[in-house]
Amino acid sequence: MSPEARAARIQDDRARGVDAACDACRLCQGSQLWGLKLDEHDYVVALAGCPNVGKSTVFNALTGMRQHTGNWPGKTVARAEGSFIHDDMRYCLVDLPGAYTLITPQAEEQIAYDSLVYGRADVTVLVVDAGQLERNMSFVLQVLEVNDPVVICLNLIDEATRQGVSVDAVELERLLGVPVVPTAARYGRGMAELTDAIHAVASGARSTKPYRFTESSGKLDASLTRVAARIEADYPGVPAPRWLGLRLLDRNAPLTEAVRQGDLRELQPQVVATTDRAPNVIPLAPAADRETLGERLVDWISAEARQYPGFYTDVLGALHGQASCIAAQVTQRTAQRWDLGATVDRLVTSRWFGFPLMLALLTVVFWLTITGANVPSAMLASLLLESIHPALKSFAGAIGMPWWLSGLLFDGIYLSTAWVVSVMLPPMAIFFPLFTLLEDLGYLARVAFNLDALFRRVGAHGKQAMSMSMGFGCNAAGVIATRIIDSPRERLIAIITNNFALCNGRWPTQILVASIFIGALAPPALAGLAAAGAVVGVALLGIMLTFIVSLVLSRTTLKGASSTFSLELPPYRRPRILATLYTSLIDRTVFVLWRAIVFAAPAGAAIWLSANVTIAGSSVAQHLIALLDPVGIVIGLNGVILLAYVLAIPANEVVIPTILMLTVLTGGNAGIEAGAGVIFELDSEGTIAEILIGCGGWTLLTAVNLMLFSLIHNPCSTTIYTIYKETGSAKWTTVATLLPTILGLATTLLVAQIWYLFG
Amino acid sequence: MPTPIRESLADLKPGGRAVIVALHDEIERDDRRRLLELGLFPGTAIEAVFDSPLGDPMAYRVRDMTVALRRSQARHIEVRRES
Repeated sequence: MSPEARAARIQDDRARGVDAACDACRLCQGSQLWGLKLDEHDYVVALAGCPNVGKSTVFNALTGMRQHTGNWPGKTVARAEGSFIHDDMRYCLVDLPGAYTLITPQAEEQIAYDSLVYGRADVTVLVVDAGQLERNMSFVLQVLEVNDPVVICLNLIDEATRQGVSVDAVELERLLGVPVVPTAARYGRGMAELTDAIHAVASGARSTKPYRFTESSGKLDASLTRVAARIEADYPGVPAPRWLGLRLLDRNAPLTEAVRQGDLRELQPQVVATTDRAPNVIPLAPAADRETLGERLVDWISAEARQYPGFYTDVLGALHGQASCIAAQVTQRTAQRWDLGATVDRLVTSRWFGFPLMLALLTVVFWLTITGANVPSAMLASLLLESIHPALKSFAGAIGMPWWLSGLLFDGIYLSTAWVVSVMLPPMAIFFPLFTLLEDLGYLARVAFNLDALFRRVGAHGKQAMSMSMGFGCNAAGVIATRIIDSPRERLIAIITNNFALCNGRWPTQILVASIFIGALAPPALAGLAAAGAVVGVALLGIMLTFIVSLVLSRTTLKGASSTFSLELPPYRRPRILATLYTSLIDRTVFVLWRAIVFAAPAGAAIWLSANVTIAGSSVAQHLIALLDPVGIVIGLNGVILLAYVLAIPANEVVIPTILMLTVLTGGNAGIEAGAGVIFELDSEGTIAEILIGCGGWTLLTAVNLMLFSLIHNPCSTTIYTIYKETGSAKWTTVATLLPTILGLATTLLVAQIWYLFG
Repeated sequence: MPTPIRESLADLKPGGRAVIVALHDEIERDDRRRLLELGLFPGTAIEAVFDSPLGDPMAYRVRDMTVALRRSQARHIEVRRES
């Protein structure tokens, strides 16, 4: 469609008030389905492909680096959008989730399906992995069946060459009837040719004649042609009638039901551009008519389907047969010298090295995070706490700000926020890129592969290893990542146990306490390693708890058969180091940090107030601590820690600052006299150790139990909210919240009692 | 009644090659469709490449991709071994 035609269509839509009508019709808004503002762009381009074909790299190469690349299925959970300008035309690029099939789409494949079939993009860019052409070709043939304006981006040419695979792009273009552009998106190679091809197809300068695999088999073709004709007669202008017919003949239950209910009518475009100049408006039939129309169509198609029992087999036979054939025709393989990926795979999944290697990598990641974060943390602390804070205070004094206001603002809100930034930012800026590198490399899928046997034995799904890994970053993200598990029962287990994956917000606590108390037990040279070992130990305990709780759940309330497990192990990809650094900083670090700050600021205010509002001679905080202290002592903690956990429900990140502040407040440390409720300068671990041991009366037991309780307690409020959103059930949200809390209290109680008995 | 299978995917050792003959009804409909649409279709060549440290699941090479399958599934995929 030309820009003029699109402008005319938008004008026309507006004149008829389509904006309002769009809620009811899913189609008019192929683009509204995507929430796009059409008038800001000349063309909409959809980016589709199987998982792991470098789709996001192409997206980044076209739009600039703005999106993270995932190396396993289910990463692009929501759509990403970007834009680029070519020849003065503004293009909106929409990145669709990776998909394998349009015949029976599952989970987020449905998003790709809806967008491809109903989305009406001006061009669909289909990204394929040149080194794995056969795997990609079945999906390509399906997309060519539903979309005409397609450009194929033959990506990862560089890797294919390295593997001794060469693809004849010219021949492929001739066979498929759409432009094929070879690219190596990570080096930007072929991107200019790709935008040229997109432009040519979008503007209509180049017409396409896509290959249709369903036309090759006589019986299949005849049947689909008949059904498509009938559908078009009933619903003129419906998109991809042949594909709808295929899915109806395949007796796809949701689609059949939609047609029966008359919803198919709503799927058709309100405006059909028969020519670029004269949009043709089709009015909606009354609801009652729609239903009868739908009923009749369904009955008619059922009769057709009965006469064609081997339909599904024929479709798949034609699809895969021709996919293999085309791939073989254009692919040349030179003899493989040595397949590095296969060797690595045998090593990382081997009986002897598989698990030790996983453990070693986990330890290295933690160790790099702990030791690497020390220096920048100290620098940030000295800047934010020792330089800026006094300056703010003297500024407040200079303008005559009342003491309570400057206290609330600078001693409460500013200091807690500054503390969170200086403690959180460096480890996150190290951990997230490292984690993302492992992820992009393809290693995490191998972790899932290695751990599947264990998950199977406890009645859970192997893909839970992936949501668990994600949970090491952020539990809320981990809970969302469970969407890749299809079985509701197994997904629920993964959601409830995700909290046992030690999230990023809890490491600063673990690392700090381990460094002070556990590291001190070892000789100085080994202190860092001992601390890292302790943190890994806690993380491993979390993994063990994941298995145990999964087992208990699957044997009791969540009984059921283990669903099957099929997981694609993507080829290893050399991660793009700089891009990974950039995107994981933007996507993850900044996101998590921002969340921490949002929660730290009000928490700082609450802490300051609780320390400065006094009732009957002592502050609110002191009253609460006195109340909680007896319970705290019994479980080997103290009232300060318990109060800190209550105040820190919004974010685990503020637990340590809160504990320190409350400890000083109630311990009455004369040496640190910055006013009640001030989170003072914490420039070194030494100061913190002094406060905790000298002022808070901490022992090794307190440290151990704090590390345990930090692992085993309620999820933060963001995660609780996410669990509610994902399960839609107050009951399971409550279970997911209370179960770890009770377990944590029981564990610390047990440890404390044993400790007291022998100590 | 369980379908008698002469040789299944689960019988392949790493390095073993075969051609898929059928996916039997013991695999649930949705899973079977998933595998079929993924490309584990009768007539397709498949090779066992490596197994996990605990022996199950096994990774198979099929149609240019590596797919991990649990034994419980592989048992119901009938194959004909290549001579």
